[in-house]
Amino acid sequence: MREGTKKTLFVFTILVFAFFYIPILVLMVFSFNDSKIGTVWTGFTFDWYIRLFSNSQIIDAAFNSLFIAIVTTVISTVLGTLAALTLHRYGFPGKRTVGFVFYIPVVIPDIVLAVALLVLYSFLNVKLGLATVIPGHVVFATSFVILVLLARLAGLDKALEEAAKDLGANEWHTFWKVTFPLIYPGILAGALLAFTISLDEFVVAFFTTGPGSNTLPVLVYSMVRRGVSPEINALSTILILAVVLVIVIVGWRMNRMNKQQGGI
Amino acid sequence: MIRNIRTAYLMLSPSLVWLLVFLVVPVGMITVISFTTNLGFGGILYEFSMEAYRLAFSSLYAKAIWQSLWWSVIATVICGIIAYPFAYFIAHAGKWKNFLLLLVMVPFWTNLLIRLYSWIILMNNQGVINNLLLKIGIIDEPITMLYTPFAIIVGLVYGFLPFMILPIYASIEQLDKTYLEAAEDLGANPVKTFLTVTLPLTFPGVLTGTIITFVPAISVFVVTDLLTGGRLLMIGNVIRDAFLVEMNWQLGSAISLLLMILVLLSIVVLIKFTSSDDDSSLL
Repeated sequence: MREGTKKTLFVFTILVFAFFYIPILVLMVFSFNDSKIGTVWTGFTFDWYIRLFSNSQIIDAAFNSLFIAIVTTVISTVLGTLAALTLHRYGFPGKRTVGFVFYIPVVIPDIVLAVALLVLYSFLNVKLGLATVIPGHVVFATSFVILVLLARLAGLDKALEEAAKDLGANEWHTFWKVTFPLIYPGILAGALLAFTISLDEFVVAFFTTGPGSNTLPVLVYSMVRRGVSPEINALSTILILAVVLVIVIVGWRMNRMNKQQGGI
Repeated sequence: MIRNIRTAYLMLSPSLVWLLVFLVVPVGMITVISFTTNLGFGGILYEFSMEAYRLAFSSLYAKAIWQSLWWSVIATVICGIIAYPFAYFIAHAGKWKNFLLLLVMVPFWTNLLIRLYSWIILMNNQGVINNLLLKIGIIDEPITMLYTPFAIIVGLVYGFLPFMILPIYASIEQLDKTYLEAAEDLGANPVKTFLTVTLPLTFPGVLTGTIITFVPAISVFVVTDLLTGGRLLMIGNVIRDAFLVEMNWQLGSAISLLLMILVLLSIVVLIKFTSSDDDSSLL
C-alpha cells in the first residue's frame, strides 16, 4: 500500500471505531450519572447498580436466559455434530437437499420463524412458557454448529483416519481416538456459538415466551420501550463488560490453541 | 455401502426431524393460513381467500413493505462502503490485526437492543448530540433526529455493520498474496491491481456480507420501534402487529411469506448476478 493510501485508511478506520464505540461509551458513562432524567451530567453515583441487583425481575430474566442457552447449546451441539459428521463422511441420496435444508435457518428472517412457531404452538394448544423458546433457538443454533464444524472437518487430514484403520482400529475406535480429538476444538467453537446465539436472541424469544418468563433481551426491550432510565444503562454496562470479558478470554485461549497446533 | 447409507440417515434423523417439526411444518402452516378466510380475533375459516394478499398490497401495508426494502438497501450499501476499506485496513495491520479484530467483536456480540438504546441517548431531543451542539452554539434549538428515517438508517447501519465487516475481512485475509505480486510484476499499478485482482477475488466475502446484512436489516422491527417509537413502520412491525395486536393471522402470515420470498429472491438475484459458476461462494 502507498503511504498516502495507508494514512487515509488509518484515519477512516479510527473514525469507524469511533462510530462503534462512542455510543457504547456514552451509554456506560451515564450509568454512573446521579440524575434520573435527561442526559446531563450531574454527579457520580453507584445507585443504579445497587438498584439493579435488588431487582428480582432482572435476576430472574438472567437465569431464564442462561437456562434456555444451556439447553439450546446441549441439544444443538449434539444434533449439529451428528449432522456435520454425516455430511462430511457419507455420500447418500438426497445429500444436496439435506445440505440445503440446513442452510434455511441461516437465511430465513427470524421473525418468520418466530410467528410460524407461535402458530404451531397455538394449533397444538401448547401453553407458552420458558421451554417454548428452546425449539426456535435450536433451529438457528444447529445450523451454525454444522457450518462451523464442516469448516473444521474440511481442514481435516483424511490420511490420519485411514492410517488408524490400516493399523487395525475399528470405526468406533478411530472416531474416539483420532477424529474426535481433532474436531474437538470445532465442536467447542460451535457450542460457544450456539450458546451466544441463544443468549443474545430476541425475536423468537419475544414471540414464543410465556407471560412472566422473560429472557434478558425481552426484558431489556420492554424496559427500553418505557423510556430512557439510568437503570438500563447500568444493566447494559454490565452486559457489555461481560461480552468484553468473554471475548478476551476466548481470544486468548484460541491464540494459545493455535500456537500449540502450529495454526489451523 | 447400504449399511453406510442407513448409518447416514440414522445420524441425520435427529436434526432433520427437529427442523421438520419446528421449521418446515410451521412455515407450511402459515403458508396455508395466508390463503384462508379471516373470522376476526385470530379465527380461521378454512375457505380459500386471497383477501390477506389483497390487504398486504393495499396502500396501508404496501408502504411499509416498500420502506423496508428501500431503507434496508440503503443501509446495506452504506455498510458495504464503510466495511470494505475498514476491513482492508485491519487485514493489513500486521501485528495489530488480531487486536483490531477483537475490537470489532465487541459491538458484534453486544445485544442489538442495547446498542440501539445507546442511540436513543445520543439522538434524543434532550440527548447528548443536541446538548453538545447547543452548548457550542452551532444550533439554537434541538434538531429532531429520532422519529425520522435518518434515525432508522443510523440504527440499521450501526446494528448490522459488523455482519458486513467480518466476511469481507475473512476474504481479504485469505487472499493469496502471490496474485498481487504477479499483477505488480506484470506492471499493473496499485489502483489497477486493486480493481482487477483484489476486488474480484474478495467478492465472495462482499456477497456473503451483503446477504447477512440485508436479511436482518429488512426484517428487523426493533429499529423502527425504538428509534421512532413505532411512528415509522417496516415489514417486521406490520407482521408483529398483525399477529399480536390486530389478531389478523392471515395478514401476518401473508406478509411473512412475502418477506421470505423477497429475501430468497434477493439472495438468488445477488448470487446469479455476481458469482461465476462456483456455487460454493455462499457463506
